Amino acid sequence: MAEGSVPVATVTGEDLSGLERNVLTTTVERMLAWARSSSVWPVQFGLACCAIEMIATTTSKFDIARFGMEAFRASPRQSDLMIVAGRVSQKMAPVLRHIYDQMLEPKWVLSMGDCASCGGVYNNYALVQGVDKIVPVDVYVAGCPPRPEALLYGLMKLQEKIRERARAGGGR
Amino acid sequence: MRVTLTPVQEFLAERLGDGALEAHAFRGDATVVVARERVVEVLQAVRDEPWRFEVLLDLTAWDRYPAEPRFEVVYHLLSLPRGERLRIKTRVPGEDPVLPSAVPVFAGANWFEREVWDLFGIRFQGHPNLVRILMPDDWEGHPLRRDYPLTEEPVEFRGHVPKVPSQIIPHAPPRRDP
Amino acid sequence: MEQSQGPRQMESLQDRGRDLAGGLARETLTINMGPQHPATHGVLRLVLELEGEVIVSCQPVIGYLHTGIEKEMEYRTYHQNIALVDRIEYLSSYHEELAYCMAVEKLLGVEVPKRAQYIRVILCELNRIASHLVWLGTTGIDLNVSSLLMYCFRDRERILEMSEMVSGQRMMPGYFRIGGVAADLPDEFFPAVRQFLEEFPRRLDEYEAMLTDNLVWRRRHEGIAVLSREDALRYGVTGPTLRGSGVAYDVRKAFPYSSYEDFEFDVPTGENGDAFDRYRVRMEEMRQARRIVLQALDRLPDGPVLVEDRKVALPPRGELVRSMEAVIHHFKLVSEGIHPPKGEVYAAVESPRGEKGYYIVSDGSNRPVRVRVRAPSFSNLQALPAMVRGGMLADVVVAIASIDIVLGDVDR
Repeated sequence: MAEGSVPVATVTGEDLSGLERNVLTTTVERMLAWARSSSVWPVQFGLACCAIEMIATTTSKFDIARFGMEAFRASPRQSDLMIVAGRVSQKMAPVLRHIYDQMLEPKWVLSMGDCASCGGVYNNYALVQGVDKIVPVDVYVAGCPPRPEALLYGLMKLQEKIRERARAGGGR
Repeated sequence: MRVTLTPVQEFLAERLGDGALEAHAFRGDATVVVARERVVEVLQAVRDEPWRFEVLLDLTAWDRYPAEPRFEVVYHLLSLPRGERLRIKTRVPGEDPVLPSAVPVFAGANWFEREVWDLFGIRFQGHPNLVRILMPDDWEGHPLRRDYPLTEEPVEFRGHVPKVPSQIIPHAPPRRDP
Repeated sequence: MEQSQGPRQMESLQDRGRDLAGGLARETLTINMGPQHPATHGVLRLVLELEGEVIVSCQPVIGYLHTGIEKEMEYRTYHQNIALVDRIEYLSSYHEELAYCMAVEKLLGVEVPKRAQYIRVILCELNRIASHLVWLGTTGIDLNVSSLLMYCFRDRERILEMSEMVSGQRMMPGYFRIGGVAADLPDEFFPAVRQFLEEFPRRLDEYEAMLTDNLVWRRRHEGIAVLSREDALRYGVTGPTLRGSGVAYDVRKAFPYSSYEDFEFDVPTGENGDAFDRYRVRMEEMRQARRIVLQALDRLPDGPVLVEDRKVALPPRGELVRSMEAVIHHFKLVSEGIHPPKGEVYAAVESPRGEKGYYIVSDGSNRPVRVRVRAPSFSNLQALPAMVRGGMLADVVVAIASIDIVLGDVDR
């Protein structure tokens, strides 16, 4: 036996009382939710000005890596989250839907900024008035552009949402 | 009252002949207005020595609807050796919005003319590839024309008559001088 | 040091390949790059035809960010449009606002107070530094120098903090007004700027030490994406892309605006028109921008920051309590807006990407008839096919990064 290691019998005790302190019980959904929420990988989908604040969120002052989200994947097949950062034009809308369809379940969408949430400052022929007309959105982050702290708050809300669904027994 | 012309405006006035050219310099911007058939000739003339307006800064248009001729196509040129800018304008009627392309004179006119075609519906004869550039390829209509609606979504919330944003501060026509 | 293989050497390899293949016909491979792509700096789509790794032709497809801003501006008053123009070239919003406000001021014929002009210069030059830092950081991350992104954005955060002190917003400030600026600079701004500008040259030296003599950086930039002087002028390219090709055209020197003639600064140019020269030009521009800000801070005159003409600019709040006329002016300006005379103007500034011009046509009413944004990135991007033809696929990334386009500017 290696130095310092303790046999299981002594950990749990003869009457298994130590089990409470040393063993966690949970549901499979909650464990999966904990894993999923702690390493959400966004797909690089920066469209306009909000993308600059999104890049600023990944840099050292705001540090999205604390939440496990620094791995922005170029390919939608490898990512969980689509942060729609910026205005969606008529030409870009089918591309956005295509990228969303290529993502694998479970997937989430965070609509960053006013243009993605509701059309923002613009209300005209060229823009889709809110990306929720094309894809289902989980979290809306308001702002033009939202501060990096606001985006981080939105991401934290998303993490809560992922965990809440599991606690409530939902699917994803 | 004869307005003082800059040297290049005088040169163009002489070259094109009497009455073929309007010139002004509102707020210091030297401007000439020519007929659409002579635009390419004018562009070539100012691009050559000694004027050397070699840089096409901008090629755009605007819609004067309902005034006729409906469209005004505007070229902004820059001469580096002279440190001068020049604006050349031409008018194009609404039923027949065609004029010769400036691509043989300035290669940079390519995308500008595509944009004017896309947003205004003005055709440029002799353009190598006159297709839409900003709108989707199957878009119908030319958005920047004044009779094309802005296509606003009314902003709705409870207890409020839906209004479109551009009507919240209405259009106020030019005031008469007091 | 071996020079990187330029287009000429690639052609001889192609010839050898042709000989080896015994003169057989070959097809080119068409590849689509974008619009969702990590290295296109936005939603740009390139349709590339490749023969092996060598680019035969490149066709940019734009319009994925077309926002209809020019049409939208025809339905808003002149003052409301300031909020819209911020978002066109979103990395250099101050320049955008300055160009728009200058065009409207030219149309109206109002003179901006000297203090406001100096404040505008200070903020625009700080914005130039911030924009060039984004360029450097994103170029770095495209070429896998990921720490460069962190360093550059760290410095950019300092400038965004200063922007927040002045206007309340990090990006999209909405700070300039027709006739001046919205409010005076706060007291905490001055020590913050001086502190930043004192530390900044050392940071730039660090970046240059890391990059300029770096073998990998040079091999990927020297001789790559060459834009000749003739091509640059033909396509109407302006800004550092033009200056890298040897043409010393800078709007601040050629058509000085907003008191730039009071300041001493150099305009760096390159010789070869390759990506490395454009890199050198932008690094030097950051130093010159710092020089301008220091001069402007030292000589900042006193006085009002907004023109006193009540038909153009809002009266100060204090006056509204005392004067009925001020209330009426305020009401008229907010509910209707200004009425510039009938006419048209063109005004331009030197944005970090080139000549940003505004062509405004007015018919005397409270809304512009046409606002045309002369976007530097639109013309600069037109030169991209000329730059990448004959180069390799990996050089397209360097080419796009070295032009420094902003897609919001290209598509408006």
